[in-house]
Amino acid sequence: MQREEAAARTRDAADDASLTLEAYADTIVPGEKRWPGDRAVAGAAPGGGAVAAGALELLRWDATGISDGLDDLARRVNEHARAYAEEVGLELDPEVPPFVALEFEDRTELVARLTRPGHPEKEFWVLLSLFCTMAFDSAAHLHTADALRDGHPGLAAMGITRPDADGLWRFQNFGYGRELARLHPSTTPSGSPA
Amino acid sequence: MSAAIERTDVLVIGSGFGGAIAAYHLAAGGAKVTVLERGPWLESKDFEHDYKLGSSYTRIFDFVVGDGMSVLGGNCVGGGSVVYFAAMPRAPRFVFDRRGSIGRRMWPGSISRDTLDPWYDRVEESLSVSRQGWSDASYAGGLWAAACHRAGRTANPLAAAIDNAKCVNCNFMMAGCRFEAKQSLTANYLPAAVAHGAEIRPLHEVQYLTRTAEGGYRVHYTIVHDEDYRLQNGSGVIEAKIVVMAAGAGATPVILQRSEAHLGRMPHAVGRYFSGNGERLNTAVLNEDKVAELLGLSRGEGLPPYGANAIGKGPTVASWDRLDGSLPEYSRYSLEQLYFPPGLGTILAQAPDATGPTWFGREKKEILRNWKSWLTIFSMTEDDNEGVFGPPPATGNAHRISQQMLGRGNLTYRPTENTWRGWRQSDADVKEILEKDGLAKVMPWTNDLVGAYTVHPLASCRMGDDPHTSALDDRNELRGHPGIFVTDGSAVPCALTVNPAMTIAAIAERAIPGIVASARLRGVAVTYGAPAPNGRTGGRKGVLPLLRREQPARA
Ligand SMILES: Cc1cc2nc3c(=O)[nH]c(=O)nc-3n(C[C@H](O)[C@H](O)[C@H](O)COP(=O)(O)OP(=O)(O)OC[C@H]3O[C@@H](n4cnc5c(N)ncnc54)[C@H](O)[C@@H]3O)c2cc1C
Repeated sequence: MQREEAAARTRDAADDASLTLEAYADTIVPGEKRWPGDRAVAGAAPGGGAVAAGALELLRWDATGISDGLDDLARRVNEHARAYAEEVGLELDPEVPPFVALEFEDRTELVARLTRPGHPEKEFWVLLSLFCTMAFDSAAHLHTADALRDGHPGLAAMGITRPDADGLWRFQNFGYGRELARLHPSTTPSGSPA
Repeated sequence: MSAAIERTDVLVIGSGFGGAIAAYHLAAGGAKVTVLERGPWLESKDFEHDYKLGSSYTRIFDFVVGDGMSVLGGNCVGGGSVVYFAAMPRAPRFVFDRRGSIGRRMWPGSISRDTLDPWYDRVEESLSVSRQGWSDASYAGGLWAAACHRAGRTANPLAAAIDNAKCVNCNFMMAGCRFEAKQSLTANYLPAAVAHGAEIRPLHEVQYLTRTAEGGYRVHYTIVHDEDYRLQNGSGVIEAKIVVMAAGAGATPVILQRSEAHLGRMPHAVGRYFSGNGERLNTAVLNEDKVAELLGLSRGEGLPPYGANAIGKGPTVASWDRLDGSLPEYSRYSLEQLYFPPGLGTILAQAPDATGPTWFGREKKEILRNWKSWLTIFSMTEDDNEGVFGPPPATGNAHRISQQMLGRGNLTYRPTENTWRGWRQSDADVKEILEKDGLAKVMPWTNDLVGAYTVHPLASCRMGDDPHTSALDDRNELRGHPGIFVTDGSAVPCALTVNPAMTIAAIAERAIPGIVASARLRGVAVTYGAPAPNGRTGGRKGVLPLLRREQPARA
């Protein structure tokens, strides 16, 4: 009985952490809500954001080197959120973790503060932000060709084209093919500055 | 005592430009050469078009975040040449007269553009460097040229080590060239070195050096796990009469710092005077209608006139109007069009005119949606050699964070006002050219996240005539430690205002006769005079007479 309770608590904690990390990722690259009552994703921008792009999958992959520390990061950002709410006089909804309870603008302000030069924890938050961005702009947890085939929201938004059948990109037309400027007068015959 | 200590004549640390060139010439001259390289050895078929962590895109890179400066370099057999863009210009003449913050010429008196030119010739022949034409320029390069022209500037297609007949303009150059169009060192110096008996050992990371009783060196290495570089698979030692250090400007000084406890005092300049080649990146988001209207460019029916950020091959066109030797130091720079793929740099691009945060959030996402219309401009300015390496980390040159690629290093970089002036001037110049009449919106990459950012680390163990401000003499030998030579980018004294690989390679070529002479003094039967790796002898004909002229003076 006791063990089950502990397991349930761990599960809740893990869920809270995931919810918090989703909210963080959504602050970095915002997206539209996945369902009407979505709390983690604030719905601050059209189309899928970092969460829909798979930020949690990437963060939880041990190849990143930060997967072990994620629960700690979630705990810390929630502490910062609580302190921030107190400072600016916000009432936080106790039903969700403090960072999740913040409005998008407040989440943004808090992340800006945490990543500003001079913040003692800046490196952690920059690292977390880096992987959230990479989930969106390069789908770093997926083979690029598969991600494109499956409509990955980040790669699609950026307009990255599909590769050839062998998984490689080739562009037959690649340039305007004509002279577009005068050469620098002191250019050597082999094409270097004189 | 174990009787089984391995021995070699020449031990080369790292297999980039400095390492590969030394390995080839010494092996071809008859020495037993062993190369230890920290990264994996990949073949062309292993170079994937894939942004997934663990594909060649991240496996062959090393990204080290420091305090105020982050360094991106190669991590594989072939080093930076496997991931680089193969732009190979020579450094302009005025660079060799630079004084920087030390108030005297930084380069050794014996090196100038004139004295280096024959060595540049050797490299051009060996790597098939050629002058590119307008028909080789990518859309991005063409656009940059057209914008420069409209602003009354000149622009040049870049000299490059690329076989255009094989290039498919995939823009995956940074993951290694799948099509063997790029003249990486794995296509010339390294196979030629192997053909002459050199042994290359990948996944061997050198940690420190000690001395042997005979006056040689014992090199201590660990073996790196082939997938998770955070793990080690044992260690070993190898003894050599000559050590050539070529681990790159981000790693060579760290190995020497760690060796200090065993070898004795290092010259003051080891791990100091680091330069990021004055690099600065700006991202322009183009207005496609204006591209057509102002520049008259078109890619054909149904296509945006530009929208080609992903198409091409790295930098193809640069503007050299500010490479004018009569201008004051710190105000000279080149402006080069560049391609930076997603993931490695996108986070540092800032949204122009943002009312909120510039590098993340709503407005950043909005410019990501215009990613196809991005044009990246790379400034190479004259910085002030501000970088200093702190105490070395436990292993390698960084504390590794991710399985591959990402680590935290001990480099500190606080740009001086001189450096900032150059950055600001070049930023303003890029803005002036690209924002004219609303062609684009431009913002520099932010330094707030990982500091300044360089793919061209230089000068952390530099050569010079003054023992107080240079770690190497003008023959690339480490002061006070005979038999240790440094031939990589750390030997180059200062920022070059252009891409550095050509100069690093030329300096390495120039150092070889001295290394051969030193090896002979230590009883190694080796001679100097190998042709280019492809067998051509034009470059050799150019330099042999120079060496003969030098002989009497040295005797
Ligand atoms: C994305 C990118 C694009 C670039 N494009 C251009 C370009 O177009 N033109 C240009 O001129 N330059 C370019 N460069 C820069 C160029 O690649 C470098 O200037 C050049 O490779 C430096 O040569 P090097 O010999 O000093 O060191 P590297 O080529 O970096 O070689 C050092 C080698 O040592 C290995 N090593 C490090 N530590 C150890 C250790 N402890 N033990 C054993 N081995 C070790 C490394 O893995 C590496 O292979 C680019 C660089 C990057 C990253």
